[in-house]
Amino acid sequence: MSAVPTPLGKDLLGLEPLTGEQITLILDTAEPFKEISERAIKKVPTLRGATIVNLFFEASTRTRISFEFAEKRLSADTVNVASSGSSVQKGETLVDTARNLEAMRIDMVVIRHGASGAAQFLAERIESNVINAGDGTHEHPTQGLLDLLTLRDHFGKIAGLKVCIVGDVLHSRVARSNLWGLKKLGAEVGVCGPRSLLPNAIDDLDVVVFEHIEDAIGWADALNILRLQLERMTAGYIPSLREYNRVFGVSRERLDRAERNVLILHPGPMNRGVEIDSDVADGPFSVILDQVTNGVAVRMAVLYLLSGGKPELAEAAKGGGSR
Amino acid sequence: MPPKQSTVLDARAVDRTLRRMADEIVEFNDGTDDLILVGIQRRGVQLAARLVSNIAERERATVPIGALDITLYRDDLQTVGPRPVVGPTSIPVDIDGRRVVIVDDVLYTGRTVRAALDELADFGRPKRIALAVLIDRGGRELPIQPDVVGKRVECAPGQRVDVLVEELDERDAVILSDREETA
Amino acid sequence: MSRATLLRGGRIVDPSQDLDAVADLLIEEGKVAAVGVRVDIGTRDDVDVVDCARLVVSPGFIDVHCHLREPGREDVETIASGARAAAAGGFTAVCAMPNTNPVTDNQAAVGFIVRQATRAGAARVYPIGAISVGQLGEALAEIGEMVGAGAVAVSDDGKPVASAHLMRTALEYARTFGIPVADHCEEPTLAKGGAMNEGVVSARLGLKGIPSEAEEIMAIRDILLARRTGGHVHLCHMSTRGSVELIRWGKERDIAVTAEVCPHHISLTEDEVEGYETNAKMNPPLRTASDVEALQQAVRDGTIDVIATDHAPHHYDEKEREFADAPNGIVGFETALAVNVTWLVARGIIDVPMLVEKMSCAPARVFKLPGGSLRRGALADVTVFDPDAEWVVEPTRFRSKGRNTPYAGKRLRGRVHLTFVDGRVIHRLSE
Repeated sequence: MSAVPTPLGKDLLGLEPLTGEQITLILDTAEPFKEISERAIKKVPTLRGATIVNLFFEASTRTRISFEFAEKRLSADTVNVASSGSSVQKGETLVDTARNLEAMRIDMVVIRHGASGAAQFLAERIESNVINAGDGTHEHPTQGLLDLLTLRDHFGKIAGLKVCIVGDVLHSRVARSNLWGLKKLGAEVGVCGPRSLLPNAIDDLDVVVFEHIEDAIGWADALNILRLQLERMTAGYIPSLREYNRVFGVSRERLDRAERNVLILHPGPMNRGVEIDSDVADGPFSVILDQVTNGVAVRMAVLYLLSGGKPELAEAAKGGGSR
Repeated sequence: MPPKQSTVLDARAVDRTLRRMADEIVEFNDGTDDLILVGIQRRGVQLAARLVSNIAERERATVPIGALDITLYRDDLQTVGPRPVVGPTSIPVDIDGRRVVIVDDVLYTGRTVRAALDELADFGRPKRIALAVLIDRGGRELPIQPDVVGKRVECAPGQRVDVLVEELDERDAVILSDREETA
Repeated sequence: MSRATLLRGGRIVDPSQDLDAVADLLIEEGKVAAVGVRVDIGTRDDVDVVDCARLVVSPGFIDVHCHLREPGREDVETIASGARAAAAGGFTAVCAMPNTNPVTDNQAAVGFIVRQATRAGAARVYPIGAISVGQLGEALAEIGEMVGAGAVAVSDDGKPVASAHLMRTALEYARTFGIPVADHCEEPTLAKGGAMNEGVVSARLGLKGIPSEAEEIMAIRDILLARRTGGHVHLCHMSTRGSVELIRWGKERDIAVTAEVCPHHISLTEDEVEGYETNAKMNPPLRTASDVEALQQAVRDGTIDVIATDHAPHHYDEKEREFADAPNGIVGFETALAVNVTWLVARGIIDVPMLVEKMSCAPARVFKLPGGSLRRGALADVTVFDPDAEWVVEPTRFRSKGRNTPYAGKRLRGRVHLTFVDGRVIHRLSE
């Protein structure tokens, strides 16, 4: 299903390797797929007969479910492999797991793994299309894409927007994907968080760094608030969640003090009361649920675009038309 | 050297034909009750809009109009190469129990209409589905026939028929030409 | 004992005698018998004559830092395969680090390595003993006994000596035996979990980085302890500009600190890791162009005393893993000369005599090993190489069992033609 070079190539490993045009193509393609999810029968036959494996080495309910919906709405057959029940636990290497699956003639693999570079590692070794659903702290491209789509829906464009990523950028693949996606489409990117949670080289990445959340709110058109992982506290990056919330938490008061309304995004799941207060998450400028809806459409678009046709059949089909 | 071309219908002829087709659709349907026109992307949509406008003029009734993109239902997605762009689909009313008329510019193999039928089935169960096309060029590969035809055109396999609409192509016309040599 | 050998017409480069001239060198009974513009062998028929025109004849290279994996991981390298690989790289002697399994922390283990090396009959192998028992960083190993059995230095390499107290006592204790204490400088809490240099590349790839300071903090610690104790500290595989500045500071104050750099750190940067290339993963990691430049200059001005390989073979399967899980290390014997020539000599940073100084004379001097000289009567450990020959690195042709190199497919300059130990050919270039 993947023999012809598609506009995206064989795999979606990240947003950094894509051009602005490619990212725009995915967002444009996601539009009609949004409509399908509004129908009574939320299914099109496009990927009928395709086999897609969701290879999740890290537990993740929401991303996996979102991909599953996307796959099933395209009529594909899906198989879920979770690390807790698979041969991986017995010490089978990533390569062997993938090769075994490929030997069963699967068409696409959606992989989430704890090691940065795992998706690329897999993509280089199997013929099936590989979609990165999050590799270590490297990238989570479909999340970046759905964030971009949500922003575009609201503002009508991405170029010239000021978007600030708030929180643990150091450990966040969502932050990186957003950073690349936003820059490629011409937005200005800011980051805000404790310096111990920003990469040391952040000043070399051409973003605006805000030490204080109030300044970030004053500057931004939209905030993408990252989930703070509780382990950061025990690993000595920040003193406590309480202090994090007091110093960096996005609260109603802070937002009200800004001159204009700032759009609120969050990849979920949220730590209410830590990085984001409930009245902000549930408030009028929160598009967090739209992000979830857009997630399925974006993933359908990615699956659709990666599943190209076969060149030899394209040759044979050249004589006939389709009308 | 540009491929040999001839104009099958000029702008006036297109207009005349569409007026006649609008009348035939209403006649075929015994009126405008429960009628909905659904145009197939892309030019079927513009033609459906013209037909609805003609019907409104004649019958003083507004017939709902929908647009259908059939890309995701094509039977040749496996072979067509890089993914075609998917256009918008919008069916603004419930089609259960309605009389649907699919509108397209050119009917050839019938595969597009087959895809449209599959897609409509996912929206509901109309009472009846009919097909109206501006041009029927023959060459069917499936047992699909139009109910309302603008013009039948004899077309050899080495030729192509293109419908131009003002909204997209700056003029209305139907052109018959030799297929360009592909490199 | 082998036949006599006359190396005719080569460029004899021997910094120990300030010699750099086209001349003949006669090897007899395992020793350098004569060096002169035209050594006359009369009508002798027991001499092999080797035409060394356009080749360099130098004292054999000595590698003070390598990993031979035996005992414990013979699947990945043995003392024999390592010694042969070293010979292919022009090395007549290597010093083997003790992070084997079991660790080489006692006289029996040291003796084992000495015996295996003798059996191998290729490059000489001098064992380096562990500083601490099991390299656990707690109790001192029996350094005296190990030296008695043949150890030429002690190190816990593979790991840092985390405890300053242990490092201090090791320096004091080792002083009695006149051997260097070689430290792998890495502050454990800063480096923990790191897979590459901390910088803009690690930020982009989402890999945890090891900051330069992890090395520099331990380097200055060791230099200060050497000052306090009067012991000799040898800093392994230096990789940062900051470390170079600290070593210079120490040497200006006549502190007994010596330092080594590896060929990869004077040639490659963190950019090699792009695409998650595990053959560019080692510890300390490849750093920035600024660090490379500082190290190259440090080789030139003597702040860095020796070039050592840190030859670290790994099994293909182990490197064929997600980046963070892959083991650190690359092989180095068979590319060392060429990398040094390509990045240092060919670019005019050092000349051939300085190269020989760094790869032969200085290692012998710093670790008090025989060799490093072609004086009359010296051991006939000789390397003959072509400083201009270009070749493409093909790991499948390595003598080492390890194939893990970032230089695969690269075109390098500098090739070993012959290696002699005790006047015996232990390597000959075959096309």
